[in-house]
Amino acid sequence: MSFQTSKQDGVVVVDVDGQLIVGNRQELKQKVLDELEGGERKFLIDFSNTGYIDSSGLGVLVSLSKKIREQGGELRLANLNEDLRTLFELTKLDTLFNIADTREAALSGF
Amino acid sequence: MRNAEPMKERPGAAPAEPTAFALELPSDLRLIDTAITYLVTRCREYHFAGSRLTLNFRVGVAEALANAMIYGNGRDPSKRVRVEVELDPQRINVRVVDQGKGFDFTELRDPTLPEHLEATGGRGLFLIRSLMDEVDFNECGNCIRLTLYREKQQRPLAS
Repeated sequence: MSFQTSKQDGVVVVDVDGQLIVGNRQELKQKVLDELEGGERKFLIDFSNTGYIDSSGLGVLVSLSKKIREQGGELRLANLNEDLRTLFELTKLDTLFNIADTREAALSGF
Repeated sequence: MRNAEPMKERPGAAPAEPTAFALELPSDLRLIDTAITYLVTRCREYHFAGSRLTLNFRVGVAEALANAMIYGNGRDPSKRVRVEVELDPQRINVRVVDQGKGFDFTELRDPTLPEHLEATGGRGLFLIRSLMDEVDFNECGNCIRLTLYREKQQRPLAS
């Protein structure tokens, strides 16, 4: 399980490789907050290689989204598989986040 | 993590004989994913598959383990969580037992209401109830029993 960050078209892209759950969510949170403190404002989390997300993982995404918005930035999500889509719909978090089908679609409108 | 010896794989139709096994974990949140991976493998060997396994089972049981470690055992690594699994052709039964004094499972907040949507917590029990077909607790609240059927069940009108 790991989180790889890269910069693409002025956007910080984080790839979640594995799960985003209670055991590793702090690592993601710290990585994104470090970038936010460093002045970055546009963030995209790519779930292409993600297995599952638990309630703690969802909580971290909500928390990061709020913190980024408070700084005038935006957090977008991309490449949710069918299970993850269902999870976001079940919790109605699909109404809270900008969720794109692909990384390119998410980056294009930033 | 202790476990029983692996069951023999039987390709083709789903195994007809029920099987049961148990795991015991210290209260270490980093072990949850390892435990879930093992449990999913055992269920796959028993021919459970699809999103019932990869979403409902994985997330539902992961939430139950996290609750047991955090709220039940207070993150005390010397306290253990026991996971008992029964597999039969129709369903998966999971009992998660912690060594705590119990957790108040009656407190229910709907995290999907607009006023709660931006809350950073409070979705764990909601997910367990939404993803599993049957959820029961023992009286003191230190044991949760989860049932997931192979096929999606019609939900009763009253819950």
